[in-house]
Amino acid sequence: MLDITVIIVSGMLCVALILNLWRLIIGPHVVDRILALDTMYINSIALILLYGIYNRTPLYFEAALLIAMLGFVSSVAFGKYLLRGDIIE
Amino acid sequence: MSFAIELVISFFLIVGGIFVLVGSIGLLRLKDLYVRLHAPTKATTLGLGGVLIGSMFYMHYAQGYITINELLITLFLVITAPVTAHILAKVALHHRVKMMQRTRNPHHVETARMQQAPQVLEDKSKDKDSNTIK
Repeated sequence: MLDITVIIVSGMLCVALILNLWRLIIGPHVVDRILALDTMYINSIALILLYGIYNRTPLYFEAALLIAMLGFVSSVAFGKYLLRGDIIE
Repeated sequence: MSFAIELVISFFLIVGGIFVLVGSIGLLRLKDLYVRLHAPTKATTLGLGGVLIGSMFYMHYAQGYITINELLITLFLVITAPVTAHILAKVALHHRVKMMQRTRNPHHVETARMQQAPQVLEDKSKDKDSNTIK
């Protein structure tokens, strides 16, 4: 039963990723695109965790933690660049 | 692994997936950037928390040990999601992104844009006329 649940939730997350990609393409302003990219990072963390459950291994948690940290740092770097014109002052 | 534990894990996973999907639908469907910031910040973070709780139950009952990485990911996301939303809202105010017609008190945008970063005390000679902290 758990395998079927993991496949269903993976389908939901893939639909969510496609909706985020749609917002990333049509976004009227660049802030919309940064927001869509940040949401795609979070969705891919959830997808990697589901892949770890499906393969019955705890190996992918390290990858999820790395993606979480890099996603936060990249979003803040984009925001700082648009806000101040420079990343590290 | 018994059926009840699988049921609990499936419940948490499905609730997490529904919340993530609702967050992405909100990101696509809402009208305004400032309104659109709400959906991924709240709903997607809560959905990922559900998936992480399900994963933690699974790793405890199927593999027999507790990993601390899920707790670390949850803590990190709960800390960093409001920071990202705050920075993106400041960027949107700075670039004067269009807002909806029925936004209340739109004149506070100029007040928010006027706020300066705190200055360093040593370089008083560079900018005398700005409002530095004396």
